[in-house]
Amino acid sequence: MRNRCTAWINVAGLALALMFVATLPLAGQATLDAAKSALPRTPDGHPDLQGTYDLSMMTPLERLPGDPPFLTKEQAETLQKAEVQRRAKNNQPSSADRPAPPVGGDTSTPKSFFEVLERAGGGAVGGYNNFWLHQGSAYTVVDGQIRTSIVVDPPDGHVPPYNAAARQRQDAARATPTSDTRESRDSNAEPPGSFDNPEQRPLGERCLLGFGSTSGPPVLPDYFYNDLHQIVQTPDSIMILTEMVHDARIVRMNAQHLPKNIRRWMGDSVGHWEGDTLAIDTTNFSGKTRFRGSTENLHVIERLTRIDDKTLLYRFTVDDPDTWDRSWTGEYTWPAIDKPIYEYACHEGNYALGDILRGARRQDAREAAKAGK
Amino acid sequence: MIALGCIPLVAQVYRAPRGPGGKPDLNGIWQALNEANYDIEAHVASPAMALRSGPYGSVPAAPVLALGAVGAVPPGLGVVEGGEIPYKPEALARKRENEKDWLNRDPEIKCYLPGVPRATYMPYPFQILESASALTFVYEYAGAVRNIFLKNPGPAPADSWMGQSVGHWEGDTLVIDVTDFNDQTWFDRAGNFHSDKLHVVERYTRTSPDVISYEATIEDPNVFTRPWKMSMALYRRQEKNAQLLDFKCVEYVEELLYGQYRKHPLSK
Repeated sequence: MRNRCTAWINVAGLALALMFVATLPLAGQATLDAAKSALPRTPDGHPDLQGTYDLSMMTPLERLPGDPPFLTKEQAETLQKAEVQRRAKNNQPSSADRPAPPVGGDTSTPKSFFEVLERAGGGAVGGYNNFWLHQGSAYTVVDGQIRTSIVVDPPDGHVPPYNAAARQRQDAARATPTSDTRESRDSNAEPPGSFDNPEQRPLGERCLLGFGSTSGPPVLPDYFYNDLHQIVQTPDSIMILTEMVHDARIVRMNAQHLPKNIRRWMGDSVGHWEGDTLAIDTTNFSGKTRFRGSTENLHVIERLTRIDDKTLLYRFTVDDPDTWDRSWTGEYTWPAIDKPIYEYACHEGNYALGDILRGARRQDAREAAKAGK
Repeated sequence: MIALGCIPLVAQVYRAPRGPGGKPDLNGIWQALNEANYDIEAHVASPAMALRSGPYGSVPAAPVLALGAVGAVPPGLGVVEGGEIPYKPEALARKRENEKDWLNRDPEIKCYLPGVPRATYMPYPFQILESASALTFVYEYAGAVRNIFLKNPGPAPADSWMGQSVGHWEGDTLVIDVTDFNDQTWFDRAGNFHSDKLHVVERYTRTSPDVISYEATIEDPNVFTRPWKMSMALYRRQEKNAQLLDFKCVEYVEELLYGQYRKHPLSK
């Protein structure tokens, strides 16, 4: 479909000091045994992981300030209802006589996680209206727990802080913005010079990868739209297709990693079966991918397990000693849907990137003229 | 040896190993080995894709001159059955214009999705993933992907670059009906084109352990006077470590498409 790239801001990074320290059980496996025998299997005997999955949901990567680790059913229902109502309100036709947004945009306290995202992605003066969005309306439930973060380790539900090496890179990026700047920094502000070259724009804006690590690994919900993924499974290759930017990651089973000098946008993924769980090991990332500001030494281990006819459990552990002093782990479920994925052609209709740069040059010329007067 | 007389004179029909769904196993990394991406019609070699007149015939046009022999066009006998594409007269004129304005018009130059059948014979491998319930083609060029629906999802919601593919088996041949294309893709670098009325029927038949016989029937009443067909062999990549790598060419055309909008454009 058409390119609907948006700038992405790491909103979770806005989170304030953590209120809750809780211990989370780390496994999602315990309840699986009973259902095991009934799992659909491929002719080679492994669980059949195939299907199309909609990863949109309400659980953010990192726990929001003030949230408990799990919600009660009643709490979840209240929050889900409020979110549905908020969207219904936004879906109302807007009046042609409405006033312009306030200078600097809407800075009122956001009413939901999604509202924060929408302001970040579309600008506080209004970006996408609801027509373009397809956002989840339920929290992920793992082991019967209604989760408030994908991150389960550290148990506080937060990605570990950047280590000194990462902070140094972040500071350098502020001085010379690169394509990952928007993805990895915690500020609404575009650093100066962000519009000087196409290479400085976010990968999503350039149609190189979908935003928000939708392609991964680790695969994360993007919380805006086009959150579908498809798995096609053969004995020696398992494909995980990401709807956004039509990125197919092919996991080679029982294979060796590529030589160190062959780097890939989504890394090099090799897989093996651990019982009924597909384990995927990914290394050889390109130095330009930079998931959350990490380096080409990023190492991601993913585990996909079918927990029922309609659901996979996705679990991942991320490690990069050049970015974090410890590894961290997240998990959430992938619910299957019965809808096809259609083409997401991004670059072919990417008028935005040229217009963004052209606009910046226009502004440069205007400022130069002003200075000359 | 009398029994010899009973053996048919034509080669025995090859029976391909079965895939997970009991149909011929098309899984693997495949690639065409021909000059069709330069020009699907028969053609002699030429100095370059973009030409200008010289005092004694055509020479490479200025923008591609520096490529020398690397930019030359290798000869090919073509893949169009019957030799010639049955263009309507006005469409043939447009084809000739495309050829002359190749640098500006060929979608491959801008790293756009290649469409079908062009994706099949671009000089990059592609992988077929065939399971009992799903069929997907993944192309190295531009990371193009086709989900081959095994159950018709109904009319496509919009025209697309790679079209909508619906597959079924006719005996041991995979037949893919591809519709709902936009009019933006080409068949090759020679300006052969189509409209958004393009309809392609592809046939994939394994004829030996490492060869797929490929046929595509092309129909487009806006551009051609009748349906026509191309055919070629697709070969299995033999390397033990054969796999698709990244060819995300979007990055490689940013200077071409956006270089002029840099704060400090690079010197020409």
